[in-house]
Amino acid sequence: MDATVKPTFNVLRATRASRAGGIIALILFAVLASLPFWADSSWLRLFAEFACFLVLAQMWNLLAGYGGLVSVGQQAFVGLGGYALVVLANHTTLNPFLCLPLAGLIAALLAVPTALVVFRLQGGYFAIGTWVVAEVYRLLFANASFLGGGSGTSLMALRGIPKATRESITFWIALVLAFGSVALVYWLLRSRQGLALTAIRDSEIAAASQGIDVRAVKFLVYVIAALGAGLAGALYFLSNLRISPDAAFGVNWTAYIIFIVVIGGIGTIEGPIVGTVIYFLLREFFGDFGTWYLMTLGLVAIVVMVKFPKGLWGYAMQRLDLRFFPVQRRVQFLEKETS
Amino acid sequence: MIAWIDTIVQGVLLGGLYALFAMGLSLMFGVMRLVNIAHGDFILLAAFAGMALVTGLGVSPGIALLVLMPLAFAFGYGLQRGILNFALGRDILPPLLITFGLSIVIQNALLQIFSADTRSIQAGALVTASLHLGEGLAVGWLPLTIFVSAIAVALALQWLFGATRIGRAFRAAADDSEAAQLMGVDNRHIYALATAIAMVVVAIAGVFHGIRTTIAPTDGPALLLYAFEAVVIGGLGSFWGTFAGGVILGVAQSIGFRLDPGWGILVGHLAFLAVLLVKPNGLFPKTR
Repeated sequence: MDATVKPTFNVLRATRASRAGGIIALILFAVLASLPFWADSSWLRLFAEFACFLVLAQMWNLLAGYGGLVSVGQQAFVGLGGYALVVLANHTTLNPFLCLPLAGLIAALLAVPTALVVFRLQGGYFAIGTWVVAEVYRLLFANASFLGGGSGTSLMALRGIPKATRESITFWIALVLAFGSVALVYWLLRSRQGLALTAIRDSEIAAASQGIDVRAVKFLVYVIAALGAGLAGALYFLSNLRISPDAAFGVNWTAYIIFIVVIGGIGTIEGPIVGTVIYFLLREFFGDFGTWYLMTLGLVAIVVMVKFPKGLWGYAMQRLDLRFFPVQRRVQFLEKETS
Repeated sequence: MIAWIDTIVQGVLLGGLYALFAMGLSLMFGVMRLVNIAHGDFILLAAFAGMALVTGLGVSPGIALLVLMPLAFAFGYGLQRGILNFALGRDILPPLLITFGLSIVIQNALLQIFSADTRSIQAGALVTASLHLGEGLAVGWLPLTIFVSAIAVALALQWLFGATRIGRAFRAAADDSEAAQLMGVDNRHIYALATAIAMVVVAIAGVFHGIRTTIAPTDGPALLLYAFEAVVIGGLGSFWGTFAGGVILGVAQSIGFRLDPGWGILVGHLAFLAVLLVKPNGLFPKTR
């Protein structure tokens, strides 16, 4: 074989939409970063909450949409991140804002022993098993009297910081986490591990037969998802200033995340973004209807799951072939050069 | 000493109720590998329906249960044919998400109709009557009735699966649904029958639960977790295993409550996790 023969194909990884999307994302990031200088503080708080749900949705999508790990217990790590932040900030001399990344790390560390237990269950049993673990954490914190037990405690460490400074820094953290989570998932899925993950999604047995260590990849994804959830939880309670076991470890976290991912489109990066926007719009307009609103969310999720299992973005992508975050490799064959 | 014996006895009786919770879940999972996240909410739905019958029509809880059982059967059959059959398949996500959605719908519907107040089914003298067993040891007639009913349900299900034509179809569909279809078993119908029977067990569990303690619309998830824990502790494959799992969970919770009122549920969860770590297939798995 002649080593100088040029390959007759290229492997394309970008699309026109992804190049345009990259520029739009940069502009959006710059505009949003200036928000604290001119926008109302209620907008900053709303965005912080938006960022929490976006991060959680991206992480859950990574878990369930790619890793095949359908967890209904991600609230375990939301709560652990939140409580880790409050404990570190209140009981150590560390800067409260610096406690946030530490809180995420603590959640990720605790995901290791948690995985040892829940990975013994498969499929639907894994789902409920993760929920049991979340309940165990909730009950442990509800029994911890130095953290206020069931009624919770406040983030006292931020007392000395002016409100405007606190809200601006919280907002910037939220901005970094929101963009960072999307970038992390995008990078991960384009990497070698991402290829393995996509293979596992399509067929676990086939992936294993190709030499992929299925368990190790799943474990990695589980820990990353816990890190994300821990950071999101820390951010949420940094913005809210008060934490209680029921708020921190409530299953509603996962209920909303699942709604977001299913509506937006599971197994895509765009899906959770679209889903989070839709969720916040719905909440803004219909949130006051209480039980009727929640019942409708549940029904919509059921209908979408039965009729449009790929969600809104999946449906749109099928028709438009629009990929802002291309994770696949496309082969482009070159014309043979006539010599 | 007698206090500890009492704790264990009460725990065993509580376990009877948990076994009732668990057998419906176990049945649906066993036949079609369907994990029903709304299971606890169905139990509460039955409990509230029972309460509405008792307070609305003034009938006794026993009559209410007799009315509810055929309704639950029809409801289960319709639920499976109308929704759940479409979700079954190789992918585990659709059934999980659909039953999760159902759970939220049922919880909020109950909140809308019955408000968030806690209440219970009035059953007259049965609730307070007890059987004196010895110095400092007595068991309530109600927990005893529930326990005996759970044994009866386990016997009935075991007989249904082991000795009847329909049970054979259940087992065939569970082992290899495609081969069963080739032999003339209509899977959609069989699955619907399984859910229908599971819902009858759910109705029994719900009414007893409503009599035994107070109920609130948001209690469903907790009941699902107890049912699930009992199934996993017992191991898959037989209703007696599930029954034993319920009893072990009941005893663990009872011991926990005795140690500290805040620990009961937690000790139950920890017992479950311990079994999972030591014997992931459960204590009494039938297969292998």
